[in-house]
Amino acid sequence: MSAAAGNNVQLRVERAGPLALLQDAGRFGVRRLGVTQGGPVDIHAWAWANHLLNNQWGAAALEITFGGLSLIAEGDAQLALAGANLEVTLDDDPIEPWSRFGIQAGQRLRFGSPKDGLRAYLAAPGGFLAEPVLGSVAGVAREGLGGHDGQGGKLQKDDTLIFQQGHEEGELPQAPSADERPDYSQPARLALVIGAQSAEFDGASLFAAFNRSWQVDDRADRMGVRLTGPELKCSVSSMISEGIGLGAVQVPPDGQPIILLNDRQTIGGYPRLGALTPLACARLAQCLPGHEVWLQAQALSAAQGDYRRFLRMFRSG
Amino acid sequence: MQLPRLEVAGIDAWLVRLFDDIDDANMPWIMALLRRCEESLGEALIDLVPSYTTLLVHYDPLQLTPGEARSRLAMLLADLDPEKDGDQGEGTSDNVKELQVWYDDSVGPELSLLQERSGLSREAVIEAHSGQEYRIFALGFAPGFAFMGSLPEQLVLPRLDTPRKRVPAGSVAVANRQTSAYPRISPGGWNLIGRTSAHLFDRKRDGFSLLRVGDRVRFVAVDRKEFEEAGGDTTPVEERGASASRKNS
Repeated sequence: MSAAAGNNVQLRVERAGPLALLQDAGRFGVRRLGVTQGGPVDIHAWAWANHLLNNQWGAAALEITFGGLSLIAEGDAQLALAGANLEVTLDDDPIEPWSRFGIQAGQRLRFGSPKDGLRAYLAAPGGFLAEPVLGSVAGVAREGLGGHDGQGGKLQKDDTLIFQQGHEEGELPQAPSADERPDYSQPARLALVIGAQSAEFDGASLFAAFNRSWQVDDRADRMGVRLTGPELKCSVSSMISEGIGLGAVQVPPDGQPIILLNDRQTIGGYPRLGALTPLACARLAQCLPGHEVWLQAQALSAAQGDYRRFLRMFRSG
Repeated sequence: MQLPRLEVAGIDAWLVRLFDDIDDANMPWIMALLRRCEESLGEALIDLVPSYTTLLVHYDPLQLTPGEARSRLAMLLADLDPEKDGDQGEGTSDNVKELQVWYDDSVGPELSLLQERSGLSREAVIEAHSGQEYRIFALGFAPGFAFMGSLPEQLVLPRLDTPRKRVPAGSVAVANRQTSAYPRISPGGWNLIGRTSAHLFDRKRDGFSLLRVGDRVRFVAVDRKEFEEAGGDTTPVEERGASASRKNS
């Protein structure tokens, strides 16, 4: 928790848009009860938004999917934005993605529609304040847990978001360089560690999985993203249900993979090719339906090394 | 194939496969491993998901490499023995948890179908469902939703062809060899045969879920009066299950 008890600042929802949810790092330690993980589907952009304000790892930020949200400031503050370009404006001035900006009482922060990517993260000093439910603020609508209202609800008109006015001493971090920002307009190259039932897929399917392009289907949400492309044939059609990790690539009998994301069910019984890395999941979460993606096998130790480097940058202290 | 096996489940997770088939006797072993992981991995442990034949172990990638996590798990498995592992902690209790159930057509529209398919009388169906203990193999689908088995052969019904959009909270249901109760209103494709007044998931309760993996459960038939006195909601299920087109598979 941040040290000084400053004044609370509110953002009032003038227009809600399709989906905006508070997300901390996720809900852990209760998956054995059937409670999903939750948390930001793009952990990379979420971490950057918090980092730009020197927030601690796990601070709750707002995940805005698609745009359409309009907020009125009821106080002065510094905020930060990362992830998709949703054509954000402060009154009439454009706000660059991956930036920090000041906002004053009465000003309107407005999210338009996706210009590049799908989800933006808005961070506030110290994180938005909300009652943790089962140890987390992560908003999961299906379970009725977390979020700004404690009931997993998405933001509605006239809701308020609350945070403490920051008193952060010292220098705030630099915005990411162009190299550190993913180009969401490019085809997504998604790293995958092979595992689970990969040996049960036939050779032609394994070849196709990694050498043909895939399209993001319109059946895509915080639970999972379906890909369409070559039919993957597996000798196993269903299995005894078992625990499913983030990024699991499950293949139901129609041969079209579903990548399971943060709000996935905790157990499942379809064969799996392996699992996307967390950073690949983050990249996938920025793809609109129809976007081209490629699966790329990566060795387990190298994939974990990449993620460690990412975590070390944001999770120190 | 040799068991247990450790399978890659991601850059920060191993799936421990202890058994190949569903068996009541699996659960003490899986829960013994779960307790050992909690004791031994400490801060490096992120989450655990026990289920039927496996345990998913999610660890902190900043504290353990995949190889280190694998070695730790192999050591925990080496002399795993639920008998010698003590009787403290999750999944060790021999207590049977009882769920009071009002079996009635108004709250269990597929009760008559179950009668029809089994050729049993109403009383015999209720007796069969409530006359034995079940083991919880996993929690999933929704918070506090327990997959329990195994149902007697006569009570086996496939899932509904078309799931209901809104299954009322407390609905007691069967599908294939399993039975469960819905903790809160949700979509659902299982056959409804009654309703329990028990609060299955409560964010204010210590431990949140009434039922835990490895627990034993018994259903106790009650009449409408007892059900209401226990706080049960008698609102009938209005949405029809798509049972007419149901295949006999």
